[in-house]
Amino acid sequence: MNPFSSGTRLRDMIRAIRACKTAAEERGVVRKECAAIRASISENDPDYRHRNLAKLMFIHMLGYPTHFGQMECLKLIASPGFPEKRIGYLGLMLLLDERQEVLMLVTNSIKQDLNHTNQYIVGLALCALGNICSAEMARDLAPEIERLLQFRDPNIRKKAALCSIRIIKKVPDLAENFVNPVAALLKEKHHGVLITGVQLCADLCKVSAEALEYFRKTCTDGLVKVLKDVANSPYAPEYDISGISDPFLHIRLLKVLRVLGQGDADASDSMNDILAQVATKTESNKNAGNAILYECVETIMNIEDNGGLRVLAINILGRFLSNRDNNIRYVALNMLMRAIAVDSKAVQRHRATILECVKDSDPSIRKRALDLVCLLVNETNVKPLTKELTEHLEVSDPEFKGDLTAKICSIVEKFSHEKIWYIDQMLKVLSEAGNYVKDEVWHALIVVITNASDLHGYAVRSLYRAVQKARDQETLFRVAVWCIGEYGEMLVNNFGRLDIEEPTTVTESDAVDVLETSIKIHSCDLTSQAMCLIALLKLSSRFPACSQRINNIIGQYKGSFVLELQQRATEFNSIIERHQNMRSSLAERMPVLDEATFSGRRAGSVPAAVSTSQGVSVNLPNGSAKLSTAHVADLLDLSLDDAPAPSSSGGEFLQDLLGVNLMPVSLQPGHIYCVLYESFRMLFLNYNSDPHIFSFSPYYWYLLTNANQAQKRGSDVLLDLLSIGTPPAQSSPSTPQVLSSNTDNRSPLDILDRLSTPSAPSAQVSSTGGNSSMLDLLNGLPSSPPTSEGNGPAHSSVTAFESSSLRLTFNISKQPGNPQMTLIDGSFTNKSQDVFTDFIFQAAVPKFLQLQLDPASGNSLPANGNGSITQKLRITNSQHGKKSLVMRIRISYKVNNKDVLEEGQVSNFPRDL
Amino acid sequence: MIKAVMVINTFGKPRLSKFYEFQPVEKQQELIRHVYTVLSNRPDNVSNFIRSLGAIFGPDTRLVYKHYATLYFVFLFDNSENELAMLDLIQAVFVETLDKCFRSVCELDVVFNYSKMHIILDEIILGGQVLETDSVEVVKAVEEISKLESTTSAGTLINKSIPSWWAR
Repeated sequence: MNPFSSGTRLRDMIRAIRACKTAAEERGVVRKECAAIRASISENDPDYRHRNLAKLMFIHMLGYPTHFGQMECLKLIASPGFPEKRIGYLGLMLLLDERQEVLMLVTNSIKQDLNHTNQYIVGLALCALGNICSAEMARDLAPEIERLLQFRDPNIRKKAALCSIRIIKKVPDLAENFVNPVAALLKEKHHGVLITGVQLCADLCKVSAEALEYFRKTCTDGLVKVLKDVANSPYAPEYDISGISDPFLHIRLLKVLRVLGQGDADASDSMNDILAQVATKTESNKNAGNAILYECVETIMNIEDNGGLRVLAINILGRFLSNRDNNIRYVALNMLMRAIAVDSKAVQRHRATILECVKDSDPSIRKRALDLVCLLVNETNVKPLTKELTEHLEVSDPEFKGDLTAKICSIVEKFSHEKIWYIDQMLKVLSEAGNYVKDEVWHALIVVITNASDLHGYAVRSLYRAVQKARDQETLFRVAVWCIGEYGEMLVNNFGRLDIEEPTTVTESDAVDVLETSIKIHSCDLTSQAMCLIALLKLSSRFPACSQRINNIIGQYKGSFVLELQQRATEFNSIIERHQNMRSSLAERMPVLDEATFSGRRAGSVPAAVSTSQGVSVNLPNGSAKLSTAHVADLLDLSLDDAPAPSSSGGEFLQDLLGVNLMPVSLQPGHIYCVLYESFRMLFLNYNSDPHIFSFSPYYWYLLTNANQAQKRGSDVLLDLLSIGTPPAQSSPSTPQVLSSNTDNRSPLDILDRLSTPSAPSAQVSSTGGNSSMLDLLNGLPSSPPTSEGNGPAHSSVTAFESSSLRLTFNISKQPGNPQMTLIDGSFTNKSQDVFTDFIFQAAVPKFLQLQLDPASGNSLPANGNGSITQKLRITNSQHGKKSLVMRIRISYKVNNKDVLEEGQVSNFPRDL
Repeated sequence: MIKAVMVINTFGKPRLSKFYEFQPVEKQQELIRHVYTVLSNRPDNVSNFIRSLGAIFGPDTRLVYKHYATLYFVFLFDNSENELAMLDLIQAVFVETLDKCFRSVCELDVVFNYSKMHIILDEIILGGQVLETDSVEVVKAVEEISKLESTTSAGTLINKSIPSWWAR
């Protein structure tokens, strides 16, 4: 005999393992035990087989490998004694799984045991089979199980019923064999058997449509009657759980009724009465009763519509919400979330209670309630709901504030009809939880503020007041700093004061004070400090009296260890001291940020709701100088979207652009170029970190738009470069002038050549002023239409865009051998009475697409559909087969010398492009 | 369908685990550890239900747990089961049965009667489905099986005679 195996009993082993102080010690004990067991197994010692396997199961539970014991299970199952069989089957269930081939060997033993005279052995076999049965075993043993469904002992019947569930799940073909036995089980009086029978019935309905049809026809009434009997049954101690008789049977019955009633009006109709009875009569002061009510609600929501019952059901859920038990509130919220789809009006009625749950002490309940509230928000209730939520923000747990602010912001954004309300709400959120707000949120706020020209003064004054009270909210501070920089003078002169505002007197130096104290606070981070510096520069031009003081503040940062701050400070310092004449232009107000572009950029998170109806350039305050700049911005935006997929960061495209610019800069040294270069560099830095806030862009605009006035040839080059993006429609007086001044300059050609990616509507330029040299210049561009010989069969034609005056049709074709590439022939037709001139089409696509836009066939579109402009597009879809094409388009033209801009999204491309 | 039953002590040691959907041993241990991490971080005053369990449990997996002294009783199941009913199954059926079998059950009973725990569990849940909800009925079946074991073989494993001082 092996000296180890006799050593320890199971209990001793457990004790030894428990006594281990460290994991290493435990591993040691287990290793020793396993060695002993292996030795014993190899000796094929029947006396200890039983004990060894029991030990192995314990070891298995602790997570150690025990595969070497698998064969022992089979030997034990094959042995005659009950204890051996029991441990064998237990081991079979724990140590083996249906995928192992060993299992094949056990089928025969199980078959014998299923026919055993001892019903407990039959029970063991059924139990094991129900847990590990494979498809092969199911086929082999199904007849035995069917027979056992009629066994005299109820314990065997119920085990056989559950075993059948496993069998029909493994082999759905076998379902029909069980239909008749189940029909018999449903008439069973024994509760335990009835529960399993009902469960089997439900599972049969799931795997087989015929079974479902059969049970619906023949058993619905019977099951309704069973439920009625159970619901009305007198007290039965054995199945009673806290005063409710047999809640589990209730629940199983309600579940199977749900399966039968779903999609069948007659069956649903026949169960309405009993559902109403259960819903109204069941006691709801105990968990068991609520479990039944909950199941009943679920059934009512899923069977065919009966308005009255559904309201009843939702009211039950409403009652659940004020239950003291967390669990009840939790399930009620989950269910209400689904009920919204069914009957949102009835759910709305419980809004107040749901709102209370947002204040719950249980985080998971709070989170669900908040989600639910967001689903309930609509036009009419948005204001009170937002108010409630914002008020709760003050008292909520810090860890909940992030979720809460995100939701409030998304609600406010989605339902804001008045900008002033939006601004007010956002200010509240930012003052309360500014540190939890995501960057997009405050970026969006700035975009909205710039677009609300009549609210600039109001916004800056409110922000000024808010930031005095809540300095520690970083994002609030940033928005305030930005606005003070832009609209600082409105703070002082109370420009555009609204009636609701309380009058305030802020002096120029007060405004500077805010920035000065804040920039010095330790908690102020780099971004905020940098924003402060820009705001200060802007204020120095708005408040000439404070200029010297501001210069001193900025001067302190010339020695900053942070390169970014040091550089900004040095440059601003030199602007204030040495370039008084251009300072005011440099510090001009930012052009209005384009809401459509911004919301489009965020389209992933928020459905693009905002879309500026007219071009941004139309209502700009600062005249023609800015017109082109907005379009340059557009160009940049579009180019970013068009950026080839591999270079995923939009910044790289700009870097390329920058690379081009470096050349003229180095050709013509001079201070202005340094600033120019630097401002570009800054722009890119800012663009990378804060894509929506071009903090530095005023420089850039200035240089772009005023360069021709500066009479520097090199800057003309740059202007020229960028005026490609300036559609001739915007023919500001400067453009032709610049173009002509460049005729003898080779560099624009180089640049244009480099920029030959046709995202700029280059062809249109040629028609601007009839400037022949410019035409020559542009002839150098690869303007030949794409070769058409490779065109595959015409794929289809879609109407991509249609408005009252214009139609755009896309003829889509594929190139054989290049499934990613789609060729599109765009054709524009003018439906109106007037000729369109200066017609420009622009398109933008998401990053996974790459767009090439060839020059258009012309820029003037005859009226009444007499002729068309065509333009070729090539789209490469890097996610071919996964994502389909989508495109945003913008069409601008002139009608009777008036600018018209139309925008749209094309999403009706055929799916497989 | 019930996917798994776990009994874990408050130090994260598994005391009983049974999976009704096949999982390799390593995965089982990972799931147990994961459940323990989730549970040990939950305060006492929150609901007993967890739905957002993470990807390793598969979609739609729900968890109901009940904390008794040093043990967590955990049921994992899919969306076809009623959470409130599962809670009742833990407290009104499973734990009550254990109480009847061990006379107010404690962790040591569970540890040393590992195999009897499985007998009890197998009389309540079979193949992930609820088999019996009457604890009297379960106790009766368990006693029959125990009797059968002790009469037919001397090598009994289920030793009910743990001295009472052990159970403290």
